Amino acid sequence: MSALLVARLPRDLHPVAWWVWAIGLAAYASFTTNPLLLLLLVGVVSVVVAARRGDQPWARSFRLYVGLALFIVATRVLFRVLLGAVPGHVLIDLPEIPLPDWVLGIRLLGPLTREALLAGLYDGMRLGAIVICVGAANALANPKRLLRSLPPALYEVGTAVVVAVTVLPQLAESVQRVRAAQRLRSGATGKVRRLRRFLVPVLEDALERSMALAAGMDTRGYGRTAGIPVVTRRITSTLMLVSLVGLCVGVYAVLDGTTPGWLAATMLVLGAGAAAGGLRLAGRRVTRTVYRPDRWRWPEVVVALSGVAVGAAGWWIARDQVPIAYPGVSTVPGVTLTALAGVLIGLVPVVAAPVPASIVQEEAPA
Amino acid sequence: MIELRRVTFTPPDSSEHVLKDVDLTIEEGELLLVSGPTGSGKSTLLGVLAGLVPRFSGGALEGDLLLDGTSIIRTPPRERAGIIGYVGQDPVAGFVTDTVEEELAYGMEQLGLAPATMRRRVEETLDLLGIADLRQRSLRTLSGGQQQRVAIGSVLTTHPRFVVLDEPTSALDPTAAEDVLATITRLVHDLGTSVVVAEHRLERVVPFADRIALLVGDGSVAVGDPADILETSPIVPPLVELGRELGWSPLPLTVRDARRRARGVALADRVGLTEPDQAGPPPSSSGGSTSAFVGRAASASERVETNTVTLSARSLTVTRGRTPILHDVSIELPAGRVTALMGRNGSGKSTLLWTLQGTQKRLAGSVDVAGKDPATLDPDTRRTLVGLLPQTAADLLYLETVAEECDAGGPRTREILDSLVPGIPDDQHPRDLSEGQRLALALSLILSADPPVVLLDEPTRGLDYAAKHALAEILRELTAAGKAVLVATHDVEFVAEAADDVVVLADGEVVSAGDVRSVTAESPAFAPQVSKVFGPGWLHVREIVEAVGEG
Repeated sequence: MSALLVARLPRDLHPVAWWVWAIGLAAYASFTTNPLLLLLLVGVVSVVVAARRGDQPWARSFRLYVGLALFIVATRVLFRVLLGAVPGHVLIDLPEIPLPDWVLGIRLLGPLTREALLAGLYDGMRLGAIVICVGAANALANPKRLLRSLPPALYEVGTAVVVAVTVLPQLAESVQRVRAAQRLRSGATGKVRRLRRFLVPVLEDALERSMALAAGMDTRGYGRTAGIPVVTRRITSTLMLVSLVGLCVGVYAVLDGTTPGWLAATMLVLGAGAAAGGLRLAGRRVTRTVYRPDRWRWPEVVVALSGVAVGAAGWWIARDQVPIAYPGVSTVPGVTLTALAGVLIGLVPVVAAPVPASIVQEEAPA
Repeated sequence: MIELRRVTFTPPDSSEHVLKDVDLTIEEGELLLVSGPTGSGKSTLLGVLAGLVPRFSGGALEGDLLLDGTSIIRTPPRERAGIIGYVGQDPVAGFVTDTVEEELAYGMEQLGLAPATMRRRVEETLDLLGIADLRQRSLRTLSGGQQQRVAIGSVLTTHPRFVVLDEPTSALDPTAAEDVLATITRLVHDLGTSVVVAEHRLERVVPFADRIALLVGDGSVAVGDPADILETSPIVPPLVELGRELGWSPLPLTVRDARRRARGVALADRVGLTEPDQAGPPPSSSGGSTSAFVGRAASASERVETNTVTLSARSLTVTRGRTPILHDVSIELPAGRVTALMGRNGSGKSTLLWTLQGTQKRLAGSVDVAGKDPATLDPDTRRTLVGLLPQTAADLLYLETVAEECDAGGPRTREILDSLVPGIPDDQHPRDLSEGQRLALALSLILSADPPVVLLDEPTRGLDYAAKHALAEILRELTAAGKAVLVATHDVEFVAEAADDVVVLADGEVVSAGDVRSVTAESPAFAPQVSKVFGPGWLHVREIVEAVGEG
């Protein structure tokens, strides 16, 4: 019992758990165009984000993703208006812009129908909901800690990303500094020359910084080899590539629905097998360790499972309750209890996940 | 034990040896100070130890480097990581992660230490450096001194036997520098780590050094006891200069030594100092005065009389977001005087300079230069009112040769450059100039607009004593031409030599302002070595020598 409570003490949940949860919800969104279910899904995501995000910079990025989602919906609808051509109830009778004969099948403007608008809206909402799910994962999980939980075979990629993330703000700062400094002296004023005046110091600065960083990493032991044969390294890379391709094709086949089931199953198994082999092989040659690794305890399991459950529910609805998952544009979309319950499972993290450590630090007396 | 055997290094595209036949042994548990003028190869020597030279610098390295008798000269830096820890000049550039704790653990992760060991060592190191309360902080939000300590900590966690530090205190304010040096001495004393440290400002490190390796500039290295080496060294701290001038032997290395000597030898010559009331008190200093002192004060006040205020700023307030960076700061820069701006890292010195120059937007307050407000002018006109030399002078330079830079900078630039530092060849690349020369080039680009006010942001960084003397000379020429000069700096010895007035900033507010003698007398942290020995009021060796001569 006490172990159960300990795992709920304020701490940051394992980033992978958040990503599994978010991917599950995104999968649900991809299985339906029902606007009611999608709205409910976005609501569930927002509630969880509001309840369980910390106050680090990345936690504030959720708003950006919501904005992006709204933009996607708006664009999708706009395109439907521009390239109309869905028969139905005419809302506004826009004049059609005549196009030459060779652009067969494309119509510009023309009568705007309610059906066209709704089809654009549903489609856009589906994409928007997926984007919001990804945004939620970003807001809830520290992206850098996620990279730290990468398998050792992908460590180099992870380091490159971390470095890139830190270098960008430095570059911005350097740009600002040089611009201010160049105003202090007189010099070339022509367009091209002015660009040079500004680029040369910034690039020199960036180059010097990266040399210093490389030197810093090297002197601290980055890239110690510990004598691994080249052959092993090649095999590992091949396995990782095969697994990536296999997983991508497999996931596509599952989500697409029109591809035969055997293909999906084979590709997934192949991908997973190759990944396991590659990671195992890579793990054997690893000489480095991880400081204070994120631990995987029961709240992580529950959060991840809730995501999987939501995804599974979506898949089931798309197969067994087609009218609910893909409602026509001419009737009012309906919902069923299973579809609703499927989305609401996504709320489990509000209860199961512990409060983030950064929130508690703020509240605690100094 | 590390041994360098006949190490010779030739940089790329050059036939001159930066290091020539260097033999050097680094014992266990000693603090070896590497000293020498700028460009004499201090960083190169440290780079050879860490494995960065020639791997990152290019060039040819000959000779051998032995670790306990095994040659490691071909071993890459990463394989030396557990044994030799290296901290570069700019700690921020070497940071790989983004929080203090992860940075401390990074090296251990690479070495593959057990998680329990890593946790324990991180805690120990946090305590050793006194930064336990910073563990969760982002590295970019730390002050300079804290960053330097984290950088040292991040190599200590792997328990290296040798720690190599390249100018660990050059960017730090006096107090932060002392913290870092205290940390370094603790390593040597408590942990038995060997520390090799390169440093320009010898006055800080000499008291702690066991031996000094002096690079003269021709590639050779003289190694020995600090007192012996400093006897003939071309660069010495003020205390040693004093000892040499007064013929003390052995030379005093610490302020305590010097004080004891001063009590015995020079007492008869300094009557005024022991009896403050006799010669009349110097301006607001608690110490005494001599006739020589009065003479100097008089000459200073003569200069003051001819002065008019060139720049006057009232109640400046600058905020970043909602945090105030400057709060209600008023400052006046009189023509013909050098004002030094001091204060710890992050106290708002740079912001004040940029605000006076007009680029930094202010929330409230006014700046007045000859009846105009620089903030309201366009950059071209602003240049003719206020010149600012930014912290990284290289940001100003973008062309391939000195001649091109001078042509782009305006008609008089070359002339000004020659008057500041004569004899810089036209065809040289600005990046290849020495620190001091590059500074002079950047300064002449700024002076070509002939502004009545000149602001300099930490120009002494990375300069050796000779270059600092030259800079002080340049500042004196500027003031003689009637310009008002404001220099932000951490270097108390430079302030003692070059400045007339001092303004001290803390937390964005002016906490003390006035004549250099009175301000250094009030704050021990800003007192130069000479006034620590002879009491407030005395600033440099020259004054003491004169006073002794007269006495």
